Amino acid sequence: MSRQVLLGDEAVALGAVHAGLAAAYSYPGTPASEIMEYLIGLAAKDGGFKAVWSVNEKVAYEEALGASFAGRRAMVSFKHVGLNVAADPFMNSAMTGANGGLVVVSADDPGMHSSQNEQDSRFYAQFAQIVCFEPSDHQECYDMTREAFDVSEKLKLPVLIRLVTRLSHSRSSVEVREPRAKNDLHMGDWKDWTLLPANARRRLTVLIGQQAEMVRLSEASPANPLTLNGKSRSLGVIASGIAANYFREAVGTGDAAPSFLKVSTYPLPEALIRRLVDHVETVLVLEDGYPLIEKTLRGLFGVPGKKITGRLTGAVPASGELSPDIVRKALGLAPLPAHGLSDIPLANRPPQLCVGCPHADTFKALNKAREGRPGSVVFSDIGCYTLGALPPYSAIQSCVCMGASIGMARGASDVGVRPAVSVIGDSTFAHSGITPLLGAAAADVDMTVIILDNATTAMTGGQPSYGAGEKLLRLVEGLGVAKDHLRTIEPLPKNHETNVRIIAEEMDHRGLSVIVSVRECIQESRKRRS
Amino acid sequence: MKQDIILAGVGGQGILSIAFVIDNAALAEGLQFKQAEVHGMAQRGGAVQSHLRLSDGRIWSDLIPKGAADMILSVEPLEALRYFDYLKPDGIVVTSSTPYKNIPDYPELDKILAAVGKAKRSVIVDSEKLAKEAGTSKAQNIVMLGAASPFLALREATLRSLVETLFKPRGPAMVEANLKAFGLGRAAASV
Repeated sequence: MSRQVLLGDEAVALGAVHAGLAAAYSYPGTPASEIMEYLIGLAAKDGGFKAVWSVNEKVAYEEALGASFAGRRAMVSFKHVGLNVAADPFMNSAMTGANGGLVVVSADDPGMHSSQNEQDSRFYAQFAQIVCFEPSDHQECYDMTREAFDVSEKLKLPVLIRLVTRLSHSRSSVEVREPRAKNDLHMGDWKDWTLLPANARRRLTVLIGQQAEMVRLSEASPANPLTLNGKSRSLGVIASGIAANYFREAVGTGDAAPSFLKVSTYPLPEALIRRLVDHVETVLVLEDGYPLIEKTLRGLFGVPGKKITGRLTGAVPASGELSPDIVRKALGLAPLPAHGLSDIPLANRPPQLCVGCPHADTFKALNKAREGRPGSVVFSDIGCYTLGALPPYSAIQSCVCMGASIGMARGASDVGVRPAVSVIGDSTFAHSGITPLLGAAAADVDMTVIILDNATTAMTGGQPSYGAGEKLLRLVEGLGVAKDHLRTIEPLPKNHETNVRIIAEEMDHRGLSVIVSVRECIQESRKRRS
Repeated sequence: MKQDIILAGVGGQGILSIAFVIDNAALAEGLQFKQAEVHGMAQRGGAVQSHLRLSDGRIWSDLIPKGAADMILSVEPLEALRYFDYLKPDGIVVTSSTPYKNIPDYPELDKILAAVGKAKRSVIVDSEKLAKEAGTSKAQNIVMLGAASPFLALREATLRSLVETLFKPRGPAMVEANLKAFGLGRAAASV
């Protein structure tokens, strides 16, 4: 036993290692990146397991699945939208089942600090009909990850751990226990892992048959404590994950606190919820995400004789991250007396591209080239360069999901947009830009793809990029892009005129062009030199 | 004992280093702590804050409720003002007077400092000057940690030893400069 200072993400990572992890895979994405960062650090120091940045989340998932097939314990982690990318193997892994323990960590971002939506991964667990853990603090991050491997091997199914930004990126001390040994290699049964219809139908029956056992596990779990207030039957509260902390912050643990059920495991502990609902008149549901519990409880017609409140009734805002202040208000408590803001207008300080960032020079040249080409549309992708949407650049018109810029530019071109431009970073291109470009090259679509090659995954802190430099050029050529219209530029102020000319020429070319804008990320080049 | 602190600054100013020292000092002194920080998109040159809570009992929320902060500790004066709604009516503000101007509409510095001065208790320190005096302008964060140290529920010796731990990998000159920065900040706050 020892205490360690860890981020929520790191506590999950260490829990996995101590559970006998053999291999872990991930693609960078806030707020999940620190899980793999930490694992890579541990693997470099002590060894004994693989910790790998994969090329995208789907690949990461499949790599983890292969390790599980071979009987070893595997973990795959990513941000919530990464689970969309990995949804295909994820859903089907509930059908194959897990052989070695398989734990999936999906870090949600309520409040959208660094994301394009606030989708709630608990719904994915429900969709796949597997068990989900939702830790509320650092100790639970560590303990539940260890337990998730046990449950995965007991049920022979993948288990999902749902994190949120606030816990992923919060630091506290954690009591860690003795590690256990890894599993030996033992292969899965091919009939379970080959989802031909006959096998798949049998597997789905097995999965459905396991649901009652999962509910029983939730009902017996000490992670779902129920406290009934014998003196008050008016209000009861159900809170999941870190929402439970905000509840306790507001009311403490004394005798006056309302009846309370904390939910940390899914499927929902039905018997515990029934006991709480039977005991009180009004149930307030607090969830840092979508109203999963509230909606389930309410159903189509509500609970006769009971009032169910939460996000759906306006007791809690319909969207956005929860906070201690929101929960205080939902509980009918007055705000604490505070100093109050001063009357000086607080100028916002939005995130921005670093001074000297290569993207800035590319955007300046792109903006100049677009002057006199009023029909131009720039579809962008996800990375630091998404900040090009903001002044002073105002250079891009979309940001949807990883790799979307190329497919969207093609669709826009197909229906008449000229010039249709796509802007995508090298890591995002490797993640999911290659396949749409392969299709666009086959049709020689009239569009211009600008690949910003800064040789790293910059926004998330400089993880490796698998398709940069010379390799990237050969890759693009191999996809069938004509050599004459595969150009490179170096985004520097001194090259501005040349770069504007090259971008303009390729915008005017009536066919597919790819311009690779090559200059190392300024942060990475500094790191390398120091 | 319970102490809630809002750490504030601009991405890159080193508030996570301040947090490292306080977190580990708390661990060394047997206190509980939780410290919520900002990574990723929110960090690039933008406003950055960290909620740091110390207690000898259980800490529930990672976030400090509005009106519960005992201290705002800021490496930048405008950033100190941004979180005044978190401050207790009698809370203390410890801030640098050195502005970080990476936005076009940065308010007048005099007005900012006057607004900081309206807090019941405030300590304003010229962190740039003191850091340079200590030997490196990069040590402004540690100057501010020093300036806050008389008001923290942690021993000076524990804090100093963690400043040492933090900078040890960067060589003895950096350790010395940062310890000096800590001392100059502490002295400036104690005047």
